[in-house]
Amino acid sequence: MSGWLEGHPGLPRLLAGLDQSGGPMTLAEHSQVHGELPHRSADELIDSIERSGLRGRGGADFPTAVKLRAVASARRVSAVVVNGSETEPASAKDRLLLSRIPHLVLDGAMLAAMAVGAPEVVVHVGDSTASSLAALEGAVSVRPNDPVPVQLVTAPAGYVAGEESAVMHFLNGGASLPTFVPPRPFQRGFRNRPTLIQNPETLAQVALVARFGEHWYRELGTTADPGSALVTITGAVAAPGVYELAFGTPITDLLEAAGGPAEALRALLVGGYFGTWVEASRATALRLAREDLRSVGCSLGSGVLIALGESQCGLHESARVIDYLARQSAQQCGPCTYGLRAIADSVDALASGRAGDHERDRVLRWVGEVRGRGACHHPDGAVRFVASALSVFGKEIEAHRRGRCNARPAGFPVGGVTVRDAVGGRARNAVGGRRR
Amino acid sequence: MSACLRLNPIACEAHGECAELLPELIRLDDWGYPIIDESEVPPELLGLARRAVDFCPTLALVLDED
Repeated sequence: MSGWLEGHPGLPRLLAGLDQSGGPMTLAEHSQVHGELPHRSADELIDSIERSGLRGRGGADFPTAVKLRAVASARRVSAVVVNGSETEPASAKDRLLLSRIPHLVLDGAMLAAMAVGAPEVVVHVGDSTASSLAALEGAVSVRPNDPVPVQLVTAPAGYVAGEESAVMHFLNGGASLPTFVPPRPFQRGFRNRPTLIQNPETLAQVALVARFGEHWYRELGTTADPGSALVTITGAVAAPGVYELAFGTPITDLLEAAGGPAEALRALLVGGYFGTWVEASRATALRLAREDLRSVGCSLGSGVLIALGESQCGLHESARVIDYLARQSAQQCGPCTYGLRAIADSVDALASGRAGDHERDRVLRWVGEVRGRGACHHPDGAVRFVASALSVFGKEIEAHRRGRCNARPAGFPVGGVTVRDAVGGRARNAVGGRRR
Repeated sequence: MSACLRLNPIACEAHGECAELLPELIRLDDWGYPIIDESEVPPELLGLARRAVDFCPTLALVLDED
C-alpha cells in the first residue's frame, strides 16, 4: 500500500502520478507529471537546496547542501553513490521509490553528479529487491541523454551492509562491513574519491527542488522541518504502507493516513529498529517534526513508524528485535559483538520471566558502556532501542516476572541473512560487472 | 598542544595492556575491551599514554596530538 494523507493541500509530491498498478512510471509519465528537468548551475542548485532546508532521509538528518558543498569543493574527481540498500527490515520507502518512481531518483542523482562534478553515478540497490533493479535497468536504458553514466550494483544482505562506510568498502571491492572512520565518504569514498552518498528519497527531493524551487518546497512543513517525507507506517494499523506526509502533521493523522489504528495502541516505535519506543499516549500528542520527536528522545530515523496494539506484547517484540540486531552485528568490534549479545540474552531473560532482580540494571549499565564504542553506529542504535524498551515496557517486565502477560506476539520482521553469513561468499564484489 | 586517546575498535583484540598501563584513563568492560576516556590527556599522564599506545599489540590505540 502507498499513498498520502487524503485532502492534505500540496500532496502528493514525490508520489504524484503513482497509480496502484504496481509498475514503474515510464519516462513519458514522469515528464508529464513533473515536467522536464531544468538546467541549473552547480552553485544555483546547491544554494537552492541550502535555502530549501532539505536534510538527508537515510536516518542521519544531515543537511544535504552541506554534504553537496563538501564534495563539490574538493579539488579532485568526485563520485555520487545512491544508497538504496534499505536494510531496515520494516522500511519500504526506498524500494517504493526505486521500483515505482526510478526517474525521479535518477534525476536527483544526475543533478547531484553535475553539482559535485562526478563523472558517474553508482546506485547501490538492496539485495532483496529484484523489482527495484529491473525498474532501474529499464529506466537507465531510456535515458540516453543523461550527462553521466549510471552503474547499478546489487547490495549484499545484512543490516549493517547499508551503513555508508560498509557501502564504500563493498563498492571498492571489499566485504560489506563498516570500516574505521574517518575518512568519511565525502573525504575518501568510492575509488578513494570524495563521494556524495545519499538516500534515494533525498535525491528525489533534490529533483523536485531543482524543478520547483526552494519557496515551493517550503510551502509544506514547518520552518525547521520544511517539505514532505516518506514514512513507512506499519504494525497495528489498518493499511500498512509507505505514505507521503508533510512535516508538522500530527502523528494521529499519520496513523489515519494508514487507515487508522487497528486497535487501541500501547506504544509506537519511531524510527525503525534503531529507533525509540514511545508510549501511545505521549506519541499521539506529537507532530512529525524533529523538535517534537526530540522532546521524547526520538528521531524519524529512516522514516519508519510501527504501531503496537494494546493486545500485543512490546517486551516480547523488543526481545526479538534486539536479538536480531545482535545477530546483525558485523562482529568486528568487541563491544558490539559481545555487548549486544549479552544485552539481547538479558532482555530475553526479562521477556521470558526468568531474569534475576538485577538484570534490568545490568542491561542499563551495558547500554551505557556499549554506546559509542563501535566503528559504526550499529551498537548505538541498538542500545537506544533497548533503553527505550526498558523504559516504556516496565509494567510488562513486572508482569512477565510474575508470569502474567496475556498479550500476544506482533510478529515484527526479524528474519533474513546477516552480513556475516554473506561475507566470504557473495559479499565480495567487483564493481564494473554491471556497467551501463 | 593537546592530545586525546582514540581507539580503532575493529583492530582492538582486548589484550588489555592499555588498561594495565593507564588505569587512570582506561578501564575494561565485562568482555575485556577498553573503555577509554577520550577527553584531553592531562600533561602528567602523557608519558604513560604514549607508552600504552606503544604497547598495544594490534596498534589499535592511537594518541591524536595537535
